[in-house]
Amino acid sequence: MTMNIYYFTEAPYPHLPPAETYPSVRNSLPNGLMDPDIAADLWDRYLLEWQIADEAGLNVMVNEHHSTPTCLNSTVPVSAAVLARLTKNARILILGNPVANRNDPVRIAEEMAMIDILSRGRLDVGFVRGVPFEIAPTNSAPTMMSERLYEGIDLIRKAWTSHDGPFNWEGRFYHSRQVNIWPRPYQQPAPPMWVSTTTPSSVRRIADYDATVATFMLGHEGTAKVFAAYRERAAELGRSEGVESKLAYCGLVYTGKTDAEGLEGARKLLWYLKSNKVTFEYAQPPAYGPYAARAEGLRGVYNGFETKIRSMSLEGLIDNGTVFAGSPETVRGQIERFYELVGGYGNMILMGQAGFMGHDETVAGIRTFADKVLPNLAHLQAGAVHA
Amino acid sequence: MLTLIDEGSGTQLRDDAVVDMTVTGSGPPLLLLHGVEGTAADSEFVSALSADFTVYAPSHPGFGLSPRPNWCDSVDDLAYLYLDWMRAQGLDEVTLVGLQFGGWVAAEIAIRDSSRLSRLVLVDSVGVKVGGREERDIADVFAMPRTELDERMFATPHGRRGDLRLADPDAVLHIARNEEALAVYGWEPYLHNPRLSRWLARVDTPTTVIWGEQDGIVTPDYGRRLAALIPGAAFETVADAGHCAQIDQPSAVAQLITHDKGFLATRGLIAAER
Repeated sequence: MTMNIYYFTEAPYPHLPPAETYPSVRNSLPNGLMDPDIAADLWDRYLLEWQIADEAGLNVMVNEHHSTPTCLNSTVPVSAAVLARLTKNARILILGNPVANRNDPVRIAEEMAMIDILSRGRLDVGFVRGVPFEIAPTNSAPTMMSERLYEGIDLIRKAWTSHDGPFNWEGRFYHSRQVNIWPRPYQQPAPPMWVSTTTPSSVRRIADYDATVATFMLGHEGTAKVFAAYRERAAELGRSEGVESKLAYCGLVYTGKTDAEGLEGARKLLWYLKSNKVTFEYAQPPAYGPYAARAEGLRGVYNGFETKIRSMSLEGLIDNGTVFAGSPETVRGQIERFYELVGGYGNMILMGQAGFMGHDETVAGIRTFADKVLPNLAHLQAGAVHA
Repeated sequence: MLTLIDEGSGTQLRDDAVVDMTVTGSGPPLLLLHGVEGTAADSEFVSALSADFTVYAPSHPGFGLSPRPNWCDSVDDLAYLYLDWMRAQGLDEVTLVGLQFGGWVAAEIAIRDSSRLSRLVLVDSVGVKVGGREERDIADVFAMPRTELDERMFATPHGRRGDLRLADPDAVLHIARNEEALAVYGWEPYLHNPRLSRWLARVDTPTTVIWGEQDGIVTPDYGRRLAALIPGAAFETVADAGHCAQIDQPSAVAQLITHDKGFLATRGLIAAER
């Protein structure tokens, strides 16, 4: 038993015009720029790479975004369903379903139950609030998103765990008077639940669900705070034992044969951070965050976490734990350091492909990690570190 | 963060809905419902009106310094709050003036209960869908650059917000909070109530619809079509005025209200029209 590793790519379409020719890569970039054949070829190889990760002994993760070439995965239940049949052993993590941007939680419950059946219980179901850019393409209200997210989660979980015929749901946001989904999930009582966050203040609720909390590219400082908040709540609930298995982190990870090869791969992964050119109105819509934070954005004082990490150097990103890159020994050392700095965690998501990184290079990164790093992480066991 | 008013310093509309309200001038009552610009930005217009009216200028819950109770998240809620407040105050013969978003609120008030109203004035109001499903009746204020928004909102430089990096931080906090509230009340359906166009026929209060000729958010044509939905409504345009006509041309818009024949007649200044 060692750390659970998930391989992940956003399935990008990187063949774009020069960034200075468009105001925003998200929402307004015409899809006429996409060649359907290139997109189909990309999907062939991305699916194959997830398959190879499975064969190498890793788990897989998929997510969804909308109206953007940075992520061609616009409907995560579809890609997860494909992976349910293409992979054999991997846990399939969806992180996640943007519940607040979808208007039918019962349908999400059905989709997840289907994938769980198709994979014979290999599904981990993540829920996300949804990024600010996707308010516009989903025409979702940026107000009361957390309230919608959690009402939706409650409805989904009830749909999974009710087995005695229809139940009624007439909440503030969602209305369903005859809920009785077929099929129900394969895993009983329900598939494991994950939620991503960036702030300690939202952790208490995640811990109350006994869900796994995940942070993405947040670095060790922010992640340590989130994990500490989770541990604190888990202790209050008497769930301290094995709490590391409920903590997850996603970084950009490339493992080469040498440090130079690893760093070269990492530079290609930075496309993910550098290509996210988004105009202010899409990046900071009103009501998505506190108005005072948006006021700072309007004044040009602070433009969000994404803008900050986009301007950082590779060295800085490695130092703060956004990027893990180098030889197997170096990557192992970076993970050990991160593990110490955040007080331990049991799940690591490797964003191992981005931008123009080709198939061979992606596969080499996956295999080198699986063969040379993963076997040496066994000492990072649940409970090995107590913060 | 802004320091909001509370039960002690604010005006209770009803229950826990407490708002920041200024009362200025003397004369018959005028309830002024602001738009996303916020009441503070309408000060010149309020001054112009207060020569002839007692102007009640609240900040809607969520705007300005008014807190917003969690339950208060629709224009319906705002309409009922102001109806209840007018009743509680015993106000009668009220001139109800709605500016932009506030025009939508005013229209929702008027179709529900006009018994305390003597007149309805809508200035560059949103609130109705007049075109087809693929026509963008109301420019998407949440999806355009600030410079474009500024130009569509204001026809004259003095109203424009300009480069917010150089603006007073408190003013920017107000802008951010007002836009947040606009999103709460008007995200979807976008700044309109699909049912409102049907029920505007119920309005039995003399109505004037006033429009900035350069309104870049809702065009004068939208205004004409809105006016056509209200029985007997007059339609007036204001030159050199954008969406916030009351900020671009405060005196001209105020004069259309204070010199309106219906108003002058109620004050005995001219003979009532037959």
